[in-house]
Amino acid sequence: MAGALQTRGGMRCLYLYNRSGVCLHYHVWLRTHTTLSPQQDQKLMFGLLFSLKSFTSKMDPTSVHKGNLGVPQFAGQGCSFHSFSTNTYKLSLMETPSGIKLVLVTDPKMGDLRSALKYIYNNIYVEYVVKNPLYIPGQPFSWFGLIYQVPAIQLCFR
Amino acid sequence: MASIYNLFIINKSGGLIFYKDYGSTGRLDTNDSLRLASLWHSMHAISQQLSPTVGCTGIELLEADTFDLHCFQSLTGTKFFVVSEPGAPGMESLLKTIYDLYTDYVLKNPFYEVEMPIRCELFELNLAQALRKDKLGLAGR
Repeated sequence: MAGALQTRGGMRCLYLYNRSGVCLHYHVWLRTHTTLSPQQDQKLMFGLLFSLKSFTSKMDPTSVHKGNLGVPQFAGQGCSFHSFSTNTYKLSLMETPSGIKLVLVTDPKMGDLRSALKYIYNNIYVEYVVKNPLYIPGQPFSWFGLIYQVPAIQLCFR
Repeated sequence: MASIYNLFIINKSGGLIFYKDYGSTGRLDTNDSLRLASLWHSMHAISQQLSPTVGCTGIELLEADTFDLHCFQSLTGTKFFVVSEPGAPGMESLLKTIYDLYTDYVLKNPFYEVEMPIRCELFELNLAQALRKDKLGLAGR
C-alpha cells in the first residue's frame, strides 16, 4: 500500500490545504531551492492547483458541457488531475470530497503515488489530526511533524 | 490519430500560434483555445518557481483524469503540447518530430514571421503525414 513511499530519499515536501485554501500543514524533507517565503510559497502552490484544475476541466476532451474557464468548482466536479512532473520534481495531488487537498512533492522518478496519498490521508490525517479532540477544524496545525516520528509511520517515509 | 486529441503550439510570450483538433468530444472554440494556451504558459512558469531544487524547466507531463498532456519547450521558448489519451506511449518522440517539422517547414519558410500564427501549407501536410505514420506505428505495437 505504502510501497511507493518506501523508496528512500524521494520525498521533497508535503502540503495540506482545506477547502478554503488555508494551508493546514507544510512539511519539508528536502528542499535546496526556494524563491519565496513559506507563506507566499503555500499561496502560490494553491493558486497553481486551482488554475490547473480549471485548466484541466476546460481542456477535458471527453465531455461536452464544460462551463466557463476560471469559475470556482466544487471538489470532484469536472475533470481534475492527479499528478504532474517536471525535470526536477513530481507533484501528486489528492482531493477528498470534503475539499481537503493533499499535495506531495517528490523526486521525478517516483511512480504513481495515489495509493500513498490515500494512505497518508487515512492513516495519518484522519487518525492523528481529525480524531484528535484538541484539534479545532480549519486551524493550521504543526504537530503533524511529530507524527512522522511515530516509528510505524516513519517506516513509510524512509 | 485515435490517441491524440489536440495539438497546441505557443510562442515565447504565451500566444497561441497553432492549434489543431483531432476529434475531441467537447470541441474548444477559438477564444477558449487562446485562453487555455496562455493559461498553460503561466502555469508552466509558476511550476518552475515552486521547484524544490534548482534547474527546473517547467511541466513536462500533466496527468489528468481523462487525458495526458505532454509538453516540450524548445530552447527559444516555443512550447509544443499534445493532449492524448491517458497513458498513450511515444508522445515525447512525437513532440520531437513535430518540433523537427516546425524548424523545417515553418522557420525556414521565407514568408513566415517569427512568433506569428502558423499558416504554412507544407507544415500542415507533413504534420498530417507524421501523425498518420505515428498512428500506424501505434497500431503495429
